[in-house]
Amino acid sequence: MWIIAPLICGLIFGAGLLISGMVQPTKVLGFLDIFGAWDPSLAVVMAAALAVSIPGFMLADRSARPWFAGQYFRPGKSGIDLPLVAGAGLFGIGWGLVGLCPGPALESLATLSPGIIVFVAAMAAGMIAHDAWQQSRLTAQRDRQLASATDG
Amino acid sequence: MANFTPVSAAIGGVLIGLSAVLLMLSTGRIAGISGIFSGLLNLRGEDKGWRIAFIAGLILAPILAGLIGYGMAQPTLPSSWAVIVAAGLLVGFGTRLGGGCTSGHGICGIGRLSLRSIVATIVFMVMAVMTVAITRHVL
Repeated sequence: MWIIAPLICGLIFGAGLLISGMVQPTKVLGFLDIFGAWDPSLAVVMAAALAVSIPGFMLADRSARPWFAGQYFRPGKSGIDLPLVAGAGLFGIGWGLVGLCPGPALESLATLSPGIIVFVAAMAAGMIAHDAWQQSRLTAQRDRQLASATDG
Repeated sequence: MANFTPVSAAIGGVLIGLSAVLLMLSTGRIAGISGIFSGLLNLRGEDKGWRIAFIAGLILAPILAGLIGYGMAQPTLPSSWAVIVAAGLLVGFGTRLGGGCTSGHGICGIGRLSLRSIVATIVFMVMAVMTVAITRHVL
């Protein structure tokens, strides 16, 4: 019954976005609009979330393995590179255009709003396009390496 | 700052942080929504169960809240479909290229004190603020 754990985590996450108001694009845009009627609420959401997650992740670091899995799946990358900065920049532009990031967008599917459904479909298309592009780059790289190996 | 709601923001933030910590402690996974969702978009069959369960919980939350009288309002979106589609494409492509979104970098990554996530969060915040400044105050 381990599948109950991620389901409950999704429910708690969704409740957090709902109670804080961050599921509403207008609320998020109010935070991003520092030259207008600025609403600092999102900064409080992040500070409160970090006040829990920083000690919580330290606790996880001390345990050998998760309750219902064989290992921790931690991100392997470190260091600042161009894809990180370019990707975050593109995401920021999209976030600022509508006020939706992936969490609130998926949660808002519950309203069956046509605009949300179109946004989520476009978001999925953007993700698939990225992965296909990466795949074709990897394949091209492998082909070049194979060709140079044969030449040598 | 007439719209500032610090109490509900703090309660919501604590719940989001709690969810991220519980997901890590229970399944060993990072609660980055863009990563969880994009893992469902390929045809390989592995490790989809927990992703589906998490996103199902996320969508169920406002439905359950509605049953006890706290339903969510229809989100306000731009009237232009082109803007909605462009924003969706940018969010999808950008979060994959940059390896995370508001939750993955902003809550989990900074929560793990990752320099990558701190830089990513500053970059997407600055770009989003600039985008709103241009669309609301320049155009």
